[in-house]
Amino acid sequence: MTPAEYHACDRRRHPPALTPNYKTSVSRSPRFAALSLQNSLSEITGPVFGHNDIDPIDNDLIRNYAKEGEPIGERIIVHGRVLDENARPVPQTLVEIWQANAGGRYRHRKDTYLAPIDPNFGGCGRTLTDADGHYFFRTVKPGAYPWRNWVNDWRPAHIHVSVFGRAFAQRLITQMYFEGDPLIPRCPIVQTIPDPAAIDQLIAPLDMNAGVPLDCLAYRFDIVLRGRRSTMFENRLEGN
Amino acid sequence: MPQPLHYLRETASQTAGPYVHIGLAPGAAGFDIYREELGWDIAGPNAEGQRIIVEGVVIDGTGAPVKDVLLEAWQADAEGRYAHPDDPRHAEVAEDFRGWGRVITDFETGLWSFQTVKPGQVPARRPLGPAVKVRPQSAGERTDALGRGHQGPRRQAPHINLWIVARGINLGLNTRMYFADEAEANAADAVLNLVEQVHRRETLIARPAGERDGLPVWRFDIRLQGDGETVFFDI
Ligand SMILES: [Fe+3]
Repeated sequence: MTPAEYHACDRRRHPPALTPNYKTSVSRSPRFAALSLQNSLSEITGPVFGHNDIDPIDNDLIRNYAKEGEPIGERIIVHGRVLDENARPVPQTLVEIWQANAGGRYRHRKDTYLAPIDPNFGGCGRTLTDADGHYFFRTVKPGAYPWRNWVNDWRPAHIHVSVFGRAFAQRLITQMYFEGDPLIPRCPIVQTIPDPAAIDQLIAPLDMNAGVPLDCLAYRFDIVLRGRRSTMFENRLEGN
Repeated sequence: MPQPLHYLRETASQTAGPYVHIGLAPGAAGFDIYREELGWDIAGPNAEGQRIIVEGVVIDGTGAPVKDVLLEAWQADAEGRYAHPDDPRHAEVAEDFRGWGRVITDFETGLWSFQTVKPGQVPARRPLGPAVKVRPQSAGERTDALGRGHQGPRRQAPHINLWIVARGINLGLNTRMYFADEAEANAADAVLNLVEQVHRRETLIARPAGERDGLPVWRFDIRLQGDGETVFFDI
């Protein structure tokens, strides 16, 4: 395939930089408009990962940090596909996740929430998508936690998700929420996203067909990255 | 109603939050979990080129360093080749040159730094519009299949692509770092020239800052907002 550029970033889908109800954004948001570039080789390429980079256990958060027992919490599978806007799978791409434990506490030196650390839970995992763009993790459902923003703001249960895609232009970090959580509409970070349909797309439905009877529930979370143009008319990225 | 277009819509971005280290740099969060954390080696020992250190701080709109930022660097090797199958020359890239790195800032000072090799010049896009017909002026110039002459491939000035995420940043910020000692290439670079306000181009240029461990240090501070706000790109 001739290297081709990616569709423009869908700015109506993403949150703007300045979102005053999420207070930290006020001093960390650029005031000038981003300068739009046509893709060059610098944007249509990106890091490539392989099975040598990770271990098979890395996608099992129930076991990858377990010391003397298993972590406390509701056992779940999180699975889905990484696709592009053309509905094509993104294979062999690195998906990394991190989350709080079942009590809502992170294993992080800067997290001082009063809920206890779980000695058997690290809270991170990573995996590569297969040829169909499919990925899966096993973990425990994270708890909600309070955070300093307005006086009584709570984060809904969520899993942070990082995806590379095939090109640096597709790089994405987002968060997955759980169907039915009443904290979702109250969360200032969720509400940075102006389009209600884009918020719905971050909410993973319960997927009973993918769970394991008598063992764990499952949630399905598909991730859509920017699509790539087909080269119907030549507009070469390489110069001469 | 027109026919529907059946494109999927992009998954929206959400901030990486204050605990991004757990997922992407767990050692910094305070625990050891993976056999190997990714992103510490941009250019392995077999990668040719001049070894350099790049460092800086990310500064917020109040002038304070941001201490919980994570940066990713993506760059070509010393010959201007990306380690990616869409680069026609990727097969020539040294095996241990990945060109991708991930760094976090120091929790106390906000300083980040990484070691790499100075990138070479990457091919640029062909300018829009019909190809300009220029007869070759000398034997050193080349002709294409249609006999049109040209000045040789257009190339971008050496640069490192950077992506910045942190608490309070809703969508990762893209920028580029260029080198002050490449004045001629910088002056001809199509991306730098796209920055209309000439003085803002300076925000994309790293300055030499002495030596450390025998390697030249390049300083590149990033200002998220306010005086000297860095130019960010919508790529
Ligand atoms: Fe979180």
